Amino acid sequence: MTSLTELCLYEARDGLKNKSFSTKDLILDHIDAMESSRKLNAFITETPEIALKSADLSDDNYANNTNRPLEGLPLGVKDMFCTKGVLTTASSKMLSNFIPPYESTVTDNLWNNGAILLGKLNNDEFTMGSSNETSFFGSVINPWKKNDKQAELVPGGSSGGSAASVAAKVGVGSLGTDTGGSIRQPASFTGTVGLKPTYGRCSRWGIIAFASSLDQAGPITRNVKDNAILLNSMCSHDPKDTTSSLKEIPNFESSLGKSIKGLKVGIPREFFQDGMSDEIIKMWDNGKEWLKNAGAEIIEISLPNTKYALPCYYIIAPAEASSNLARYDGVRFGHSISSNDINEMYELTRSDGFGDEVKRRIMIGTYVLSSGYYDAYYLKAQKVRSLISKDYSEAFNKVDVMLTPSTPNSAFELNEKCDDPLSMYLNDVFTVPINIAGLPAISIPSSKDKVGLPLGLQLIGKPFDEETLYSFANIIEESSNFESLDDKWWLK
Amino acid sequence: MSVDIDNVKKISKLSKISLSENEIEKFLTDLNQIIGWVDQLTEVDTEKVAPTFSSFGAEEGIKKRSDIISDGGYREDVISNAPKSEEGFFLVPKVID
Repeated sequence: MTSLTELCLYEARDGLKNKSFSTKDLILDHIDAMESSRKLNAFITETPEIALKSADLSDDNYANNTNRPLEGLPLGVKDMFCTKGVLTTASSKMLSNFIPPYESTVTDNLWNNGAILLGKLNNDEFTMGSSNETSFFGSVINPWKKNDKQAELVPGGSSGGSAASVAAKVGVGSLGTDTGGSIRQPASFTGTVGLKPTYGRCSRWGIIAFASSLDQAGPITRNVKDNAILLNSMCSHDPKDTTSSLKEIPNFESSLGKSIKGLKVGIPREFFQDGMSDEIIKMWDNGKEWLKNAGAEIIEISLPNTKYALPCYYIIAPAEASSNLARYDGVRFGHSISSNDINEMYELTRSDGFGDEVKRRIMIGTYVLSSGYYDAYYLKAQKVRSLISKDYSEAFNKVDVMLTPSTPNSAFELNEKCDDPLSMYLNDVFTVPINIAGLPAISIPSSKDKVGLPLGLQLIGKPFDEETLYSFANIIEESSNFESLDDKWWLK
Repeated sequence: MSVDIDNVKKISKLSKISLSENEIEKFLTDLNQIIGWVDQLTEVDTEKVAPTFSSFGAEEGIKKRSDIISDGGYREDVISNAPKSEEGFFLVPKVID
């Protein structure tokens, strides 16, 4: 019999509703897939007991017709979301023993909607990375390989485990977080659909903070429809997060199949880079063609400050991180190294508990916020941020969405970029500006490069207009005929 | 602007992260590379530009709640992850002579 893990989120939902199989059957198959994919190192903590116990409840709910929107559907959760009573590490030694006494709002919403926790997913330490190689628990391996089937590749990051697990069909979807591209870049590297919602759409309460003015939670799924369904159950207005929006939450699923006729697609010319590969250019051209064929109008636009987005981000995000990560003091929770002197205790604890990339970012952040440099760096970057945001708001007076590549390249090999922080940072050149402007954006698998690796297109939307993104994403998905991964080499 | 050894030592103190001599050398190189790169922002004219600290809420605004206690009573939960605690308190090394 074919494993039930072959079913995507909405197929599994419909199968459960029609009583074609039980929740328990579905969960058992996913637990089996999770255990047999350990080579990928996507999960830090597996929670089969919780999943099985929840399955019983879901089966009762189906029997009693009291089933909720995501009843019985197994999800992986990035290890940045606090889950009550379940180890939550941020993939750091610093939190390698942390058991949250509370649940994040986003995961709480999902469980209240009937979804089931399958396990906690690996990511870059405190989400700082673009390859999932900075995790204290080791690198995640991309389920995709080049045509030659040789080298192991990174899944992207920081939501590497979230993307890899979905590509490997472990869980029907997963949760990620995106501060500068951490959902969209790994989605692009693994042939999955990843959405970063508008800042404020999902509550940040209970998500371990990296850069609070940029962080957003979002879904990673096998297709656009699944993504829309999952987002609906994630977002809410939350009084515990003062930046969570009061805006009404539409039914995102119903935006699929809507006509885009007459809508305008902006192509920001500054995203066209010298040395951009032919394959990326071709994918981008295909995307324009597909949307044009569906009746949209393609318009070239300009976002003049695009080149400053990445340096701007690498001031703002580390500054906020240095402040947020000050809480790891070895006193209240997490890793701790004893000393008779309190300052020495702080210094030894933080030196031992944080990895190099986290230290690097804390130090950059501390530097740009320190006396004498605050105006020159931090305040300057916040002014440049205003200019970047203005570029987008002005362009959105003329267009309904924007279309760009998600990443400048496909997945690279493990250890290829580890020793050069800057070249790693450049991976996020197309995704970072969107966080700075607080906009929603989605990555959709669109083609494969000449070695057979997935490439994604990014659609960028107006604030709180995820619906239009889903309408457009659905057309790209239908036009691209992207074939998902079929070789489960890790089972052999 | 470039970062020197004294800067790195000062930042390490401020961020309460102790560094070995080797690490100081390594971070000096990294920080100089990154700071040198972000320095390109100096070419942007921001004289008449106000800073944006959050993309949120131009229209909606940050919400305030009324100043009343709405939650609490989790002393055991709060202390449950503490490396050292006693009688419901966090334990720290002696800080006053």
